Amino acid sequence: MDFELLIGILPQVLLDGLILGFMYALIALGYTMVYGVLEFINFAHSEIFIVGAFVGVEILLGLKSAGLLDTLPWILVLAVILAAGMAVSGVLAVLVERIAYRPLRHAPRLIPLISAIGVSFFLQDAIRLFESVWHNAFNLVYPTMDALNHRFELTSTLDVSVKSLVVIVAALLMLWGLHVLVNKTKIGTAIRAVAEDQGAASLMGINVNRIISLTFLIGGAMGGAAGVLFGVQYGLINPYTGFIPGLKAFTAAVLGGIGNIPGAMIGGLVLGLLEAFAASYLSLLTGGAFGAEYKDIVAFSILILILIFRPKGLLGEIVRERA
Amino acid sequence: MIRRLLDRPLPATLTVVALLGVTAYGVSHFPRSVVVFMLFQASILLLYFARMPGWLKGLLTAGTLGVLMPILGAINGYYLEIAVQVGIFVALALGLNIVVGLAGLLDLGYVAFFAVGAYSWAVFGSPQANQIFGGGAFPVSPGWFFVFLFVGVAVAAGAGILLGLPVLRLHGDYLAIVTLGFGEVIRVLANNLDKPINFTNGPKGITPISRPPIFFEPVLRAVGLDASPNVIYPLYLYFLVLAVAGVTVLVNRRLEDSHIGRAWEAIREDQTAAQAMGVPLVRMKLLAFACGASFAGAVGVLFAAKQVFINPESFTFMESIGVLAMVILGGMGSIPGAVLGATVVTVLNLQVLKGLSLWLNELRNAGVTILGFNLADLPTQLEPAKYERMVFGLILVLMMIFRPQGILPAKRRGRELRDG
Repeated sequence: MDFELLIGILPQVLLDGLILGFMYALIALGYTMVYGVLEFINFAHSEIFIVGAFVGVEILLGLKSAGLLDTLPWILVLAVILAAGMAVSGVLAVLVERIAYRPLRHAPRLIPLISAIGVSFFLQDAIRLFESVWHNAFNLVYPTMDALNHRFELTSTLDVSVKSLVVIVAALLMLWGLHVLVNKTKIGTAIRAVAEDQGAASLMGINVNRIISLTFLIGGAMGGAAGVLFGVQYGLINPYTGFIPGLKAFTAAVLGGIGNIPGAMIGGLVLGLLEAFAASYLSLLTGGAFGAEYKDIVAFSILILILIFRPKGLLGEIVRERA
Repeated sequence: MIRRLLDRPLPATLTVVALLGVTAYGVSHFPRSVVVFMLFQASILLLYFARMPGWLKGLLTAGTLGVLMPILGAINGYYLEIAVQVGIFVALALGLNIVVGLAGLLDLGYVAFFAVGAYSWAVFGSPQANQIFGGGAFPVSPGWFFVFLFVGVAVAAGAGILLGLPVLRLHGDYLAIVTLGFGEVIRVLANNLDKPINFTNGPKGITPISRPPIFFEPVLRAVGLDASPNVIYPLYLYFLVLAVAGVTVLVNRRLEDSHIGRAWEAIREDQTAAQAMGVPLVRMKLLAFACGASFAGAVGVLFAAKQVFINPESFTFMESIGVLAMVILGGMGSIPGAVLGATVVTVLNLQVLKGLSLWLNELRNAGVTILGFNLADLPTQLEPAKYERMVFGLILVLMMIFRPQGILPAKRRGRELRDG
């Protein structure tokens, strides 16, 4: 075994893992916030996430055909697509909650979960339908922006592109913003109150429905931002792309302790790093017998093991046994 | 009015027989009309609802499915294909109905067991096994197909227990996610186990898979029928599927009212109370996983033989959700519901969506203009046949909001399943 090679690629693997991890963390926030408040897995979050990516690509394609893509400053373009992606995904999440979840809020637990799976499937094909009619294509490629693809060579074996830095910076900013919002503001207090006890919160004069909508808005917006960043980072998207990252982000949320915001971030980073390690080292360590294809199995095995041995996750509170 | 007609035995029998006759005649005269075939299917449904003596209903059902349907299938082979697909999904839906409907364990990776069954015959019923064991002893002779029906059952039941053991402690939505992960793991394994040892031949899939032997050929020849295998196989497979689906229905009905079925329902309604009443939770949950999985295993073997070619694409998460949509549409825990759900969803996918696709294509090619819009300009990517997920999704959401108990709710339906 070539140890020099193994050590040599380590920094790059760590960097890739970090980028992937921040992406998972952003998506995981949507799962974890909703779970924290409603104890419900918003299965459709993976589609809310990919809708953000589609909003981004539509705007970029529009700018490109208008010839503006290379003349406008890239920061401005990025800010616009992020804002638009967040807005559309956030509103979509609120709509989904209003239509498909709210009528089922007092139903047995499996009922809203099944409804959420239905929404997820419906949205996948709804995006496909829209794009098929609009573009006659549903596999879309993000137009390249030269400024974003610029790479800084840190060492001879490690380089980092602007878009990767953007992912990390944007993710950190949003996580910090969310932390402040939830812990330092009045709205955040209301969200925590509703998560603790809906009945008591409403007696204290909190509009529970509005707070739940707000939770979906925030979670959806985070997902939308993650979608735009995903598109910028990886380029190719289609309506079904969101599913697997969504599932892994859910894994990250569970890994960190579902319902716990810092947990989602830590879970995302751990999962991203593990996956990057599996993708790069599995093939080297097994002499090519098992390759990067098995990274999904690594992620799901982690999920299964955590749920069995530590269902509360790394940072989670003890999950109550419900009858 | 229809209800009153169906409630009295004599008029009901006459109506149903007349309808079956007329629609069957219609299908034989308009073999390409989807609408007429769906009317025929609707008459079969009426047969279920009609009140008549049990023996008569059994006779009519047997006659319709055993004689009428094969004749229509001989006229238009596509209908037989639809019937075979319906049968496969009926058996799958009934298997999942045990896990989800009776025991209340939401399994989102059900198609994994179907895959296990299918691969067990595909590997040994094709030259694929030579890659594993070397030599040239495989495929095994087609007669082994019938043995493998049971091997498939055993292997899938084993996989069910394998999945069941670690997830026994999990509840509700966590259980759902873990089974989903399990389904994905099986699919990824099927996709990648072409190295270091070639078990599954990876994404390229396995072919040719042996079909069951025509053991009754001497009989056919004796009565003067000398049909080619191309004519016999569709009918033969139809009867095999019919037999498997029939056995599945029978086993389900026996299980439902046995002490096992009642224990499952007790677990579904309230796990803690069930345990307090002496229901062995571990054994019953494992039994539910194993039973549900074993049906999928048997159908998987049949599916592999029918398709001659399988690859991991047939065993995606979408298939699991499709089967779940069937169970939920019909009504969780309800046997007639699962049969109806499987039929409706399969017909919707294979006939309605495909029909719409063909129709849209014709319009496109004809270049008809509607309100100043030339249909030749319709986007070519717009193919209704590709929108299965939208159908599944709509079924799940609408049923959960408006009728969570399904179209044909189970009789003994207490509180909704509350806990995994």
